[in-house]
Amino acid sequence: MSTIHVNIVSADEAIFDGEAEIVFAPALMGEVGILPKHTPLLTQLRPGAVRVRLGAGEERNFFVSGGILEVQPHMVSVLADTAVRARDLDEQAVLEAKQRAEDTLAERRKEGVDLAHAKAELDEALARLRLIQYLRERDLRH
Amino acid sequence: MAAGKEIRTKIGSIRNTQKITKAMEMVAASKMRRAQEHMAAARPYAERIRVVASHIALAHPEYRHPFLVERETRNIGIIVVATDRGLCGGLNINLFRCALQAASEWQEKGVGLKFALVGSKAGAFFRHVGGEVLAQADRLGDRPVMEQLIGVVGAMLSAYDKGEIDRLLIAENRFVNTMSQHPRVASLLPIPPAENTSMHHQWDYIYEPEAREVLDEVLRRYIESQVLQAVVENVACEMAARMVAMKSASDNAGELIEELQLVYNKARQAAITQEIAEIVSGAAAV
Repeated sequence: MSTIHVNIVSADEAIFDGEAEIVFAPALMGEVGILPKHTPLLTQLRPGAVRVRLGAGEERNFFVSGGILEVQPHMVSVLADTAVRARDLDEQAVLEAKQRAEDTLAERRKEGVDLAHAKAELDEALARLRLIQYLRERDLRH
Repeated sequence: MAAGKEIRTKIGSIRNTQKITKAMEMVAASKMRRAQEHMAAARPYAERIRVVASHIALAHPEYRHPFLVERETRNIGIIVVATDRGLCGGLNINLFRCALQAASEWQEKGVGLKFALVGSKAGAFFRHVGGEVLAQADRLGDRPVMEQLIGVVGAMLSAYDKGEIDRLLIAENRFVNTMSQHPRVASLLPIPPAENTSMHHQWDYIYEPEAREVLDEVLRRYIESQVLQAVVENVACEMAARMVAMKSASDNAGELIEELQLVYNKARQAAITQEIAEIVSGAAAV
């Protein structure tokens, strides 16, 4: 099977560099799956999981908080604002972040100011949780 | 022994200065290592986004973003990235000279100059040069982050959008190694298309959601990341230059102390000899 070169970088490190069979990324308009020889695509990312399938059932998961996805027929570049390897995600910390975001959102709603920022934080925490849940389910199946 | 005392105080004060320069040298050395790591960590993103931007410049989009379009140059903007603190050898002066040379080349063609200054040394220097200063950022610390630069970059980009400047340059120091840092002036806007013969057929991206929005975001980020990279690199340059400057200052102080010590010993010996001669001649007279 042919492969596509995947390059994931965040503002302060190179996260992943290698060949993959397929890459899934959370594009702004919905999740996209990218196979080799994909037509050029340029899109923004929302918070969510980038899943890189290496073949032979192996998969690498990353969390990105947003950024840019560029696709060329032979390569995919993910320019993440911040990116975390999925195994480094800390469920407890994420739950706390979610709680905090919900609290600020409720508070702001009362005051009626700056909802967008609090909403964005909540979305990010929820996206992290979804990735953790996805990983847990997959581990159970294996 | 009046001269002797004077020389001794001089040696003492030079020794104190040497202690300070030695301490600064060691501090700069350890900060330089951290700055280099920081620089290396930020590099992959900057390089990747440069690749993406050059792809974009090659594409034939239905929407031509203003950042990609070459236009007649009436005014240029220069972002000068200098240090906040001095005592780092010729680092800043070399950079300013390089920037002024580029600026005067444009000025001869009748082009207006506008500056954005990063680092308080740049602010102090360009106050006397003339030309309009659009934005300034200083006290960035040893680990500058994007948030500190958004104001400067944003001011220059909006000036470009409004047509107040038609070209954006950056004057920066490149970190070659500990001993050498190269000042240079590079072009940021408009973004030049990459020389790549393998991609000459007509093609364009699929944009989601809108070409305009996505391109604007990507290109803005590209400029921001290039400026951040320059600032981060400048910190590494600053530390390296300071380390070298302080090392040579310590060495010079050492030499000076040795010379003065020699003079002091001679004076002391001469004084003793004279005293003995006085005593002997005094005794002979009796």
